[in-house]
Amino acid sequence: MEHTLRTPLSKADIIKPRAGDIVYLDGIILTARDTAHERLLSSEKIPFDLSGAAIFHCGPLMRKNKKWTPIAVGPTTSARMSKMTPELLEKYGIRAIIGKGGMNGVVDALYEKCIYLAYPGGCAAIATDQIKRVKEVHWLDLGMPEAVWVFEVKQFGPLIVGIDAHGNDLYAEVEKRANEQIKSL
Amino acid sequence: MSDVIVENQVIKAVIQVLRQAETELPGDVLSALKSVRDRESNPIARTQLSAIIKNADFAKENVIPMCQDTGVPVFFVDVGREAMINFDLEEAIRKGVARATEEIPLRPNAVHPLTRENSGNVGVGFPDVNFDFVPGKNIKITVMPKGGGAENMSVLRMFTPSEVDDVKHFIIETVKNAGGKPCPPIIVGVGIGGTFDKSARLAKKAALRRLDVPSDDLEQELLEEINSLGIGPMGLGGDTTALKVNIEYAHCHVASLPVAINIQCWAARRASVTLEG
Ligand code: SF4
Repeated sequence: MEHTLRTPLSKADIIKPRAGDIVYLDGIILTARDTAHERLLSSEKIPFDLSGAAIFHCGPLMRKNKKWTPIAVGPTTSARMSKMTPELLEKYGIRAIIGKGGMNGVVDALYEKCIYLAYPGGCAAIATDQIKRVKEVHWLDLGMPEAVWVFEVKQFGPLIVGIDAHGNDLYAEVEKRANEQIKSL
Repeated sequence: MSDVIVENQVIKAVIQVLRQAETELPGDVLSALKSVRDRESNPIARTQLSAIIKNADFAKENVIPMCQDTGVPVFFVDVGREAMINFDLEEAIRKGVARATEEIPLRPNAVHPLTRENSGNVGVGFPDVNFDFVPGKNIKITVMPKGGGAENMSVLRMFTPSEVDDVKHFIIETVKNAGGKPCPPIIVGVGIGGTFDKSARLAKKAALRRLDVPSDDLEQELLEEINSLGIGPMGLGGDTTALKVNIEYAHCHVASLPVAINIQCWAARRASVTLEG
């Protein structure tokens, strides 16, 4: 099934899509990778709103002339953020996590709260084209790739629901089948 | 008499090959992706392959990098034995990389391994430059920008000679353990034999081999077994985990059996240019 979702996302929005469905996203996405995650966990107040938000595991290549323009913006490996994710979801009302490659041990943390969406790995050229505006940037002191970039996007995708809000993890299913198959070779 | 090749020609050639490699997926790779997309039975896998193809077309049309990880620039330089140069060839390549980083632009990917301090795309042993001597008076520069996600899934193991039969399983298992992390569909470059370091170099050369070169029986058998795992594009399931398995061999010490596996993601970027001497 195919869905188009618009941020901010409600619980009803993210309950609908099931693992394996296709999602396109309109609205706002915020980048956050390793060190932004650490700061999000240690901060008491943050300068942006994460309720109903979609965060994007991404370290973009940006260029500044008068304004910031995105040069190459694509998903990074989400597994690195696995450990910090349950606490992050406890603390903020994040409804969607976008990345690549799936995450470990987050199925329970996502349950009825959030979905994991996979952007096709390495496809930065089309992803960058789907960014319509650089709205804000925060925490630039962390460096360009680690800062929190706020992008306005249109028809951002195709995003595959890798882990849904009902306890289904597509990656885990694929891995289980691969483990069985290798035994028979 | 051959003509003298000057430093500026090399610098310009390096920028040109890097731009081409980063923005234009080689034709043989693109055709391989299209043919697996047409055969793929899993609808999710088809969305991934279609996105990859669309992304490659878009990058070429707009002359922008196809992936945000513009990689480690790995150079293979064939130097004609009669080529005439009077400058430091490796230094010229480094200068070309520094300029290409600004002009294309490329992501600054070089860091000190321990302090992680970033030095752009030029550092100690970075870019990686390899020289071969060949007949003639030309210099041929090939670049293969190698992304970190796939490189990280590469493995080298020193087998003992009695373990020959385990090599096949080792290759399949390495691909299985990598799962979706190296952005499949991948090319599996394998180096068997040589010394510890030579096997890795062979594996990298194997990953560089064109996809329209026919496979031998072992390569074909491994490809089919790997694809039977069902990992699929981006690890989301499907028939297409690998596009090809390429194996390079070298004789090795009577007591050893090195096997290196270098994983190459779908962004199998490479380009060459020849400077005529
Ligand atoms: S593994 Fe390849 S395609 Fe994936 S992000 Fe890295 S360089 Fe890009």
